Amino acid sequence: MTFSPGDLFLILPELLVITAACLVLVLDPVLSSSQKDGLAWLSLGTLAICMGLIASQMNHAASAFGGIVIIDAYACFWKLLLCFVAGLTVLLSHTYLREERLYFGEYYGFVLLSLSGMMVMVSAADLLTIYLGTELMSLSLYVMAGLKRSEPRSLEASAKYFVLGAFSSGILLYGISLLYGATGSTRLPAIAAAIAGRSLDDPLLLAATVLLAVGFGFKLAVVPFHMWTPDVYQGAPTSVTAFMAVASKAASFGAFLRVFVEGLGSLKANWSAIFLLLCIATLVLGNIVALVQTNIKRMLAYSSIAHAGYALIGVVAAGVAGTQTGETNGITAVMLYLALYAFMTFGAFTIVAMLRKGGLDGDEIEDFTGLAARHPLAALLMLVFMVSLAGIPPTAGFIGKFYVFMAAVEAGLTWLAVLALVFAAISAYYYLRIIMVMYMREPDPLTAASPRLIMSPALSIVLACAVAGVVFFGLYPGPLVNLAGHAVLTFK
Amino acid sequence: MTHSFPWLTLLIVLPLAGAVALCFAKDSSVRLIALGITAANLLLSLPLWWLFDSSSGGMQFNETALWISTPPIHYRLGLDGISLPLVLMTTMLMPLCVLISWRSIDQRIRSFMAMLLVMEGAMIGVFAALDFVLFYVFWEAMLIPMYLLIGVWGGPNRIYAAVKFFLYTLVGSVLLLVAILVLYFQSGHTFDIVQLSQAAVPASLQFWLFLAFFAAFAVKVPMFPFHTWLPDAHVEAPTAGSVILASVLLKMGGYGFVRFSLPMLPDASMAFAPLMITLSIIAIIYGAYMALAQADLKKLIAYSSVSHMGFVTLGLFTFNIQGIEGAVMQMVNHGITTGGLFLCVGVIYERTHSRQIADNTGLTTPMPRYATLLVIFALSSLGLPGTNSFVGEFMVLAGTFIWSKLATALASLGIILAAAYMLWMIQRVAFGLPSQHMLSALRDLDRREMATLIPLVVLVFLIGIFPNPILTRMHASVNQVLARTSVPTAATAMRADDQLLPAPTGGDFPAMETPRP
Repeated sequence: MTFSPGDLFLILPELLVITAACLVLVLDPVLSSSQKDGLAWLSLGTLAICMGLIASQMNHAASAFGGIVIIDAYACFWKLLLCFVAGLTVLLSHTYLREERLYFGEYYGFVLLSLSGMMVMVSAADLLTIYLGTELMSLSLYVMAGLKRSEPRSLEASAKYFVLGAFSSGILLYGISLLYGATGSTRLPAIAAAIAGRSLDDPLLLAATVLLAVGFGFKLAVVPFHMWTPDVYQGAPTSVTAFMAVASKAASFGAFLRVFVEGLGSLKANWSAIFLLLCIATLVLGNIVALVQTNIKRMLAYSSIAHAGYALIGVVAAGVAGTQTGETNGITAVMLYLALYAFMTFGAFTIVAMLRKGGLDGDEIEDFTGLAARHPLAALLMLVFMVSLAGIPPTAGFIGKFYVFMAAVEAGLTWLAVLALVFAAISAYYYLRIIMVMYMREPDPLTAASPRLIMSPALSIVLACAVAGVVFFGLYPGPLVNLAGHAVLTFK
Repeated sequence: MTHSFPWLTLLIVLPLAGAVALCFAKDSSVRLIALGITAANLLLSLPLWWLFDSSSGGMQFNETALWISTPPIHYRLGLDGISLPLVLMTTMLMPLCVLISWRSIDQRIRSFMAMLLVMEGAMIGVFAALDFVLFYVFWEAMLIPMYLLIGVWGGPNRIYAAVKFFLYTLVGSVLLLVAILVLYFQSGHTFDIVQLSQAAVPASLQFWLFLAFFAAFAVKVPMFPFHTWLPDAHVEAPTAGSVILASVLLKMGGYGFVRFSLPMLPDASMAFAPLMITLSIIAIIYGAYMALAQADLKKLIAYSSVSHMGFVTLGLFTFNIQGIEGAVMQMVNHGITTGGLFLCVGVIYERTHSRQIADNTGLTTPMPRYATLLVIFALSSLGLPGTNSFVGEFMVLAGTFIWSKLATALASLGIILAAAYMLWMIQRVAFGLPSQHMLSALRDLDRREMATLIPLVVLVFLIGIFPNPILTRMHASVNQVLARTSVPTAATAMRADDQLLPAPTGGDFPAMETPRP
């Protein structure tokens, strides 16, 4: 492997994030509890600088460390999204942690460490590096999920997440080793070259594909590898749930697309069949089970599972499409979907985090009863997020679905689009239920135990960003579509 | 003809901006602002009636701007002779909806008025959109405000009705979205409605697309087996909501058929015509029978809507000029008459807090003005000559006569039944004996209520006696639709050639020669 100092410059954003993370961890014991706010501002500042740097790298494709790391527009797209979400997470956590009395300065350190793992995932072109990024991301998330040490549910979430995560990492690693055995390399371009002429029925490649699909399936939380999601999403502190539901999913999709489309592109016929099955199972199970949830975090967990199913449609379309444009459209649709999904899901989780009942999370759907009468603005925002998640125009959720279904129809998967849209209509029922509870039921008389909303300037910024994204991209998605379209072109 | 002035954008944006403005208005002025904005929108829409060039069947008042570049989706608006009357009907009804809600809505009035205004913007958008995706956006965007109108301000069973309304229409429209996408890839990568109306789609594909369109539009109309959401939604909705539902939302189904199904999928429309006409006749007779049995005034009018909308779909699928023009006329007339009837029920409900016919009897003595207007709307609804509904229903029946005499005979039963249920209703409500315990509540109409109802009464007679201004404006546009469906096929044996323009698409699209059933 060749190494030049210039390579370090290329991964400057990652280095900055890691440095800031270490700084936070070192400063945390030194600072008094009143000064710990500074750690949040330090993290935010770092993220802002990183986003600037990443934006400047957007137009220069380059590779570092002998091709292990690729800095292209595709990677930059994901990194921008991830940094943005991490920024929102820090802002949300700032208020939420105080309310939960979780005075851990290292929390921000873990957010940044996890973020750096995600950034490595999306710009790595080597399976082992991707694995490294995945582990860095996951290990930090395991800790964050268990931060509410006094609450058994949080600990259970952490343990469950860790056991299943470790298990899936093992499967992923097994797939990587098989692929290495079959091709003699862990670099995606080399793998692609080695399998280019191979038969689709090659058992070794088949086994490797399946294992990789299962490994990534856990990270993406698609059915039947979703079992951990509801428990972990419900148990983890809500700010962490929001971060997991949005950022870890986006990063996993980023790496997943690169591995399958770039590395295993010539095995398309195999993996698109696998993902087609996973996609249908995810859409069906995610949406149906979400219908009967009474806890909003669990409902949103199943909803996020279902949304992974919609994004998978784009992946399947990219795999099935016969033409180059069909393939790029499929990938663009996935990127767009995840980006738009980030705004609405983060917004919804923020409202959930704001609702408190007697010092605890007010995370039962019943707790939203009559919210519109007490807090009209918060209810309106939640309405916008729910409408968007249901995919009804003119919101971002509709645009995301529109492009995914367009890719599906272009690839000749009209029946899949019909199926997915029918389930989208079914999903409207559980999103509408939240609206119904907020608007059409009168709140109980106010008592000390009534749910109340916490507010802070930081939360206002988070909500403003989320709702602005949902509404603006719902009305005028052009800039984001072009950005994703441009990013895809550098891919492959 | 292109107008540089963005009439349609203004018509859509003004109510939406008004809805935003309401958020910052003083509580006491909310009603006045909403009234002012809807009235301004009405005034703004009136010039279109005279600026419209009735000699042209093309789109007028066109506006185009690129909205999304990949795929090419445009912000494209325009009106033709079919959408113009519907837009004007909408702008005309909205101030009345605001007026009727003046006192009957006493909770969250600000949000209520905002929802009405959002609905107005979206409804005008639906009729004016000339890009299929834009159309779909407006079409779906109406769902949430309507859901809230029913669910927040509705009657006792409102939540059930609101969810049922929402899910029925949503399931229908998601299939429409798939059809839009398929059509995009099949007819030259465009969402332009005008271009798509000229494109040739293979007959086998048309079959599936027709079913998808049907799912969306038939639920909205609503056609016979898909009508079950309508009585619930109508009954539970507040008066203004019922008026919007009956007068405008139902028209979108009929509008969808005539704007999309007929010109874009002519072969399939022909092939499905017997089924469509059968369903229409079932709706006409079944709706009327159901109306006969209702004890609740709103339910009675709701089922009469099912029956009357049956005439719309009946006329559309006769593929001749009388039938289609009659159907469009019937859409406008149903909007006016049923809107008037729902307003009347709203008025009486404000007084007696009951919609039961048994509770509201003998109103002529205590409320002579009210009873007069109610009788006028009821007579219009049963299609008395001289009132507006007669024109539409007569034309539809005349068109059906060319198509099938049996169908005409069966559909005429609907008119007889309409006379039965409407006259029976009048007999009880207007001429029965007033129930003593209600008598104290029965004040006659005040000035605001008169102002709400009189405009509709004027239109009832104006259109009934002098329908020509509307017919001349839609003539050329309907001919264009007919030109698409008049390509001779084996599916129909109609004889109306002398009224048709030559098919504009003949030579340009060799693919038109695909095998037909």
